[in-house]
Amino acid sequence: MPPTPPARFKVNGTPVQYGGDPRRSLLDFLRDELSLYGTKKGCDHGQCGACTVIVDGRRINSCLTLAVMQDGCQITTVEGLGSDDDLSPLQRAFIAHDGFQCGYCTPGQICSASAMIAELAEGWPSHVSDDLLSVLPTDEELRERMSGNLCRCGAYSNIIAAIRDVMPVAG
Amino acid sequence: MRAFSYDRASAVADAAGAEARLIAGGTNLLDLMKLEVELPTRLLDINHVGLDQITEVEGGLRLGALLRNADCAADQRVRRDYPLLARAILAGASPQLRNRATTGGNLCQRTRCGYFMRLGTRCNKREPGSGCDAIDGSNREHAIFGVSPACIATYPGDMAVALAALDASVEITGSRGGRSIPLRGFHRLPGDDPSRDNVLEPGEIITSVTLPPPVGGRQVYRKVRDRASFAFALVSVAAIIDIQSGRISRADLAFGGVAHKPWHDPEVEQALLGEVPSPVLFARAADLLVAKAKGQGENDFKIPLLRRSLIAVLAEATGV
Ligand SMILES: Cc1cc2nc3c(=O)[nH]c(=O)nc-3n(C[C@H](O)[C@H](O)[C@H](O)COP(=O)(O)OP(=O)(O)OC[C@H]3O[C@@H](n4cnc5c(N)ncnc54)[C@H](O)[C@@H]3O)c2cc1C
Ligand code: SF4
Ligand code: FES
Ligand code: FES
Repeated sequence: MPPTPPARFKVNGTPVQYGGDPRRSLLDFLRDELSLYGTKKGCDHGQCGACTVIVDGRRINSCLTLAVMQDGCQITTVEGLGSDDDLSPLQRAFIAHDGFQCGYCTPGQICSASAMIAELAEGWPSHVSDDLLSVLPTDEELRERMSGNLCRCGAYSNIIAAIRDVMPVAG
Repeated sequence: MRAFSYDRASAVADAAGAEARLIAGGTNLLDLMKLEVELPTRLLDINHVGLDQITEVEGGLRLGALLRNADCAADQRVRRDYPLLARAILAGASPQLRNRATTGGNLCQRTRCGYFMRLGTRCNKREPGSGCDAIDGSNREHAIFGVSPACIATYPGDMAVALAALDASVEITGSRGGRSIPLRGFHRLPGDDPSRDNVLEPGEIITSVTLPPPVGGRQVYRKVRDRASFAFALVSVAAIIDIQSGRISRADLAFGGVAHKPWHDPEVEQALLGEVPSPVLFARAADLLVAKAKGQGENDFKIPLLRRSLIAVLAEATGV
């Protein structure tokens, strides 16, 4: 096999390099090589959102992209959003609203929600927007926009309440 | 996942004619490589070739092959002038997937037939000549139009259904130059070679999709699925309807989840053109559409579902 061109990118601000087996997903790289265990593997097939991270400002499923494909990217995982002694407002809101039970889906929910709030601020429409050109942040909108993150414990209504708490504009 | 070599293309010229499997967003290809349904030995990453923008051309818009689905649906021009396309994209997959999925990769996504995605079953698409376990098996998701004795799978995507109604074109580059083909002719029917989903030849790369100048009218994309979000279509209807002096002056229709390609039936459009919109007319058009449909057993329900969906969409688009 010809050598793999290395990928140089940043994870939570720290420069990293990867040029190993190209089969390694970004998800496995974060967990197995960087010991960033916040990002979870649920399905490994893009169906559950537990592996959601933020790449260049956009939320993606880290299970369906390769570590070698991240050349030049800036990646933020849940560890980059807040720390044990300095939780982000969204993390605090998840605690205040009981936005989880087992907690397995939670890092993905939090990464997804923080990028989702930015998408809303940019005025991105969704499947449930009545008017594609002017979007209102209703609860129905929040639920649709979080539909890529499943929660087997069914904490959905408290997750929406937590997100609502940190949104700049009330719906 | 099987071993493969990986390289990065920095320009379209590196990819055109390359003897390698192209990877864009990776959301379909990597999924299938994990299942060992796809077994490429060489991957060529095309995320650095550019082509990730929307440009204005000849009154229409050119969508780069590497444009992310999310960026396409969020573009002001697409939202204003091609709401059908924005709606179809937003009805598909999840926000995370749409942030990665590209114009080219979305068109080339493979069927969701459960046998195709599961090794150890007979599937002519995955393993030509092995048979088709779906024909007498679990075929609730399968096609009602254009099937063959070799394969009854559907093309599962949403975006391409809107592009078919819009009569978009696909620009392709290979080692011997470029060509442009109508999107309606991009996907194939299975015939006796279901291993080929579309007309791309080895070494060809999609560079863009071009939308014709805006057509106006009422644009509706209705997707019927098993849950309210994040599920593939059982059936979908894309419609652009315009009315002049009380009569239908434009009726561009395409249907998803029902065939190996976005389904387009000019006879149904003809039956609507020039007529005064009415429930009787809509029922006549829908009957004409499903007259050619054939169920496979578990998917028989799709025939009345498609009929009712078209009637509902025509009512919504005409306000009748
Ligand atoms: C859980 C889940 C749910 C989904 N739900 C939906 C849904 O409801 N509706 C829907 O429409 N889709 C849905 N999808 C599919 C998704 O839209 C596709 O995976 C995505 O659009 C593929 O784009 P990509 O860029 O990631 O393609 P890739 O995975 O990178 O590539 C797919 C194929 O296209 C080829 N290719 C890519 N770019 C080019 C090019 N420029 N020229 C030639 N060939 C190229 C690749 O070689 C490969 O064969 C879903 C996917 C998942 C995982
Ligand atoms: S319907 Fe097509 S894809 Fe599905 S098992 Fe049969 S041949 Fe394979
Ligand atoms: S682990 Fe990536 S979506 Fe489930
Ligand atoms: S809190 Fe248990 S899966 Fe969501």
